[in-house]
Amino acid sequence: MAKHHVTTTINGDETEFLCQTEQTLLDVLRDELHLTGTKEGCGTGDCGACTVTIDGRLVCSCLVLGVEAEGHAIETIEGMADGDTLHPLQRNFIDMAALQCGICTPGVLVAAKNLLERNPDPSETEVRYWLAGNLCRCTGYDKIVRAVMDTAAKMRGA
Amino acid sequence: MADIQYEAPQDLSAASALLAAGGGQARILAGGTDLLVQMKSDLIEPTLIIDIKNISETRTIAAENGGFRIGAAVPGAELGEHEALSAAWPGVVEAAELIGSTQVQGRASLGGNLCNASPAADSVPAMIAAGAVASVVGQNGARDVLVEDIATGPGQTSLASGEIVASIFLPERPPNSGDAYLRFIPRTEMDIAVVGVGISLTLDGGGVCTAARVGLGAVAPTALLVGPAADALIGTKIDDAALDNLAAATSAACSPIDDKRGTIEFRTDVAGVLARRVASIALKRAAK
Repeated sequence: MAKHHVTTTINGDETEFLCQTEQTLLDVLRDELHLTGTKEGCGTGDCGACTVTIDGRLVCSCLVLGVEAEGHAIETIEGMADGDTLHPLQRNFIDMAALQCGICTPGVLVAAKNLLERNPDPSETEVRYWLAGNLCRCTGYDKIVRAVMDTAAKMRGA
Repeated sequence: MADIQYEAPQDLSAASALLAAGGGQARILAGGTDLLVQMKSDLIEPTLIIDIKNISETRTIAAENGGFRIGAAVPGAELGEHEALSAAWPGVVEAAELIGSTQVQGRASLGGNLCNASPAADSVPAMIAAGAVASVVGQNGARDVLVEDIATGPGQTSLASGEIVASIFLPERPPNSGDAYLRFIPRTEMDIAVVGVGISLTLDGGGVCTAARVGLGAVAPTALLVGPAADALIGTKIDDAALDNLAAATSAACSPIDDKRGTIEFRTDVAGVLARRVASIALKRAAK
């Protein structure tokens, strides 16, 4: 079966992989590149567990074909920390217990980081609408929203 | 699983040739937010996927003859970030931005929303109200098609073999014009329209409506252009009496299905209620 040879950038590193047409970017990240921080929830773009960015734009990696990544820059949860230093959102999610089972957390963090890059001072409403596509089956939304708001304030003060 | 061929041509004529050669087994990929879901649920089993995002015409928003030409694969997020487009056609942009989550907005496009041909597509009633024209490219060149003439039924379009919607043109509009879109859904975000209404209207210097178009979604096999609803506004100052007539004409145009998300009676009534509200918003925007 013919495979596509794809050259892309993932978390700043040039990366090559082989994939079949029907493999999604999520399949490629997890099964071919073993970047298993990105989670599969629904597989139909409803839950946001598989959130990554392509060229700085948030997407559900389950709704992108792996072959579409050719020539584009992908950022995943694995690129969020700087070595052993957690991103302020990651640090604050731990400190403020903004996670329960943790399956939605990578997607939430990638989406929240993208929001704060675009809008360092979001209102609570803006945070809630921005993260509306990230479902938390534990329903821990309040702590998530509070942690994002608190991190935004800390990052503005930094 | 059968081997699926993937092509990402650089120009529309190559894409059209691939699509024609693929027959019914080829599918166009723009944002993929419908296509990939349909493939995963085995609703479709294409043997060829033609990604049109490497074609520059499908990926750009350009000013043209006082209006805007929007590439069929431009994602919703880019529409919202385009200040001139958002100022000129706020109703079309707000309709497109209602489609799905932030993540879906990173991919979902006007062209995909139109060609998926769901009766509940949010952007379609707003585009119909705007008088939007799709540029359709096929084996024999390009033709212009009014947006309301693309869908012929749920999941069905008037596109011939090898034809692709390349872009959507929103025409120049006179001063004192405004448009708006609202939908009813059972929650505040992330749902499919039970009813959707888009209205675009133009006022003269005295505040009399000189032109109007009303697009209606999710209450018939396709989104509709409702002439009698527009007629209820034209020649009036869009007062309460005109809004009553608008609501009645909009409800009269409904032939909805009865399902768990809305009964026939509910959808028909809500269509009129939404039309009133949408006209009021469009009026405010036009009077600015």
